[in-house]
Amino acid sequence: MGKKILLAHDHVPGIQSYEVYRKHGGYNSVEKAIKTMTPEAVVEEVKKSGLRGRGGAGFPTGMKWSFLAKPEGVPRYLVCNADESEPGTFKDRYLMSRIPHTLVEGMINSSYALGVNTAYIYIRGEYFYIVNILEKAIEEAYANGWLGKNILGSGYNLDLYVQVGAGAYICGEETALLESLEGKRGNPRIKPPFPAIAGLYGCPTVVNNVETLAAVSYIVNEGGDEYAKIGIGKSAGTKLISASGHINKPGVYEIEMGITVEDFIYSDEYCGGILNGKKLKAVVAGGSSVPILPADKILTLANGEKRLMSYESLADGGFGGGTMLGSGGFIVMDETTSIVENLFTFARFYHHESCGQCSPCREGTAWMEKILHKMMDGHATLADIDLLWEIQSKIEGNTICPLGDAAAWPVASAIRHFRGEFEEYVKNHGPESIVKRLTA
Amino acid sequence: MSDIKFSEETLAVAKKIMARYPEGKQKSALIPLLHLAQAEFDGWLSPETMDYVASLLNIQKIEVYEVASFYSMFNLKPVGKCMIEVCRTSSCWLRGANEVIQHLENKLGIKEGETTTDGMFTLKAVECLGSCGTAPMMMIGAQFHENLTFDKVDAIIETCKNEGTRKTYLDKVVVDNY
Repeated sequence: MGKKILLAHDHVPGIQSYEVYRKHGGYNSVEKAIKTMTPEAVVEEVKKSGLRGRGGAGFPTGMKWSFLAKPEGVPRYLVCNADESEPGTFKDRYLMSRIPHTLVEGMINSSYALGVNTAYIYIRGEYFYIVNILEKAIEEAYANGWLGKNILGSGYNLDLYVQVGAGAYICGEETALLESLEGKRGNPRIKPPFPAIAGLYGCPTVVNNVETLAAVSYIVNEGGDEYAKIGIGKSAGTKLISASGHINKPGVYEIEMGITVEDFIYSDEYCGGILNGKKLKAVVAGGSSVPILPADKILTLANGEKRLMSYESLADGGFGGGTMLGSGGFIVMDETTSIVENLFTFARFYHHESCGQCSPCREGTAWMEKILHKMMDGHATLADIDLLWEIQSKIEGNTICPLGDAAAWPVASAIRHFRGEFEEYVKNHGPESIVKRLTA
Repeated sequence: MSDIKFSEETLAVAKKIMARYPEGKQKSALIPLLHLAQAEFDGWLSPETMDYVASLLNIQKIEVYEVASFYSMFNLKPVGKCMIEVCRTSSCWLRGANEVIQHLENKLGIKEGETTTDGMFTLKAVECLGSCGTAPMMMIGAQFHENLTFDKVDAIIETCKNEGTRKTYLDKVVVDNY
């Protein structure tokens, strides 16, 4: 059994409620932070912990916090990114609905550390039922003196609100999220300036993922050094993995980083192996945006060692032979899966979710969907595979925000690793198959 | 002059939401208010409804239109009392989302994107709803229906028919039984 931090008490009956949560040590970290630590000391511990952004980018949290500008007389904001929309990812949903106070507690510690007096949780509209759960938890936190004016008699004030979105993947990008929170379309902003300088309402702002903020409480309680001991190397701590697809036990698992991918897929503690005893074909390890890898490459590194569940090991091999930990959305595909058709669902997704601001993404995602649709309809030729490759290469790196890259990478990796399957698919579904039949 | 107006209770909720933001930043309440409006006014945002929200926030009508048309949860045309949103992205697709959509099309006698003639159901295929580990799934109002089978889908449709009420995103529902 690996170490559990975020989900240490997720099976305790009634853990959703304040009383039970408090009985299991909830809010002790706030007491410790506010009564015995300076805000700077909290930031220092987070830096030492090696905690990295759990939303997908993996950027060191302590460093992000240290960028926050602190001009006199200007409010600062903390915004929790609970827009979780990356296909294959549902960990924040689990954490917020099951143990809502763990997010509230983490946000109080983080707000204190950053000198923030107003914080928002921006949650995707489809999670409306969780809004009710979070608002109840926040109400309980106010009632018990953890939020509001003069918290624990320290003179520190904090207000926390839940803001709901309305269905837009792009709002998971932090500047699009801020636009949305300001009541606008979710069009990402050009950076710089980064939110740390000019974020919400033009004020210095930190945007962090749910899981990142929830992890801060443990760091306050046990110290950054203790957190850094968990995991492996620069992949410190635990990670929530959302496991889905063709596996026996889909669900959210908290893993200590550094376990093998093989163990994660096949052990009964986690995914429990492939559904119906079939063979593993491919895995998308970190949400739809990261490169798909065939079975041999996801299980084993080029040097023959076993691949691990960590930022570094999953990225080993670069874009040619590796992938990314991303959001931890782990989608498993068995031997019967059509890589072409699965890619179509991704291409359709990115086309639907492109905000339309940058032409390479707006036009490119539409063309990628169209070409894959053409393949499935049986009108494609082998030249269309090259065209698909060409289009994705022209999106990557040419857009304001990472959605363009996120749309390109699944296409590039699918063709890179499964080109033979694309050729077969086109030959058996398209005009080529007619030629084949006629000349047979 | 249109007679679109929030009920007193809804107006109180709207005012409370508007107070969450700093002075002069009330436009931040736009998306929450559009949700309130859609739930109160028959499940969609008519031009009159949007104009009313603009007047509440003291912003230009176009500022409301451009937001309402950007986000996929806002309906700019009338929809059925129960909008069935079936997730179709990868994990759900791997576990049979297409079959669920097809089953619903046959059962309701409509195509994806259409509304039944009695105005009861609208069928919509949507992108990832964060229910990948409990796929296939569909959402009706705020309620997630997960680990679907054809039998389960049939039973849910029956229940909706019997209840006959409009389902909204603001419904107080319990999704996860912990």
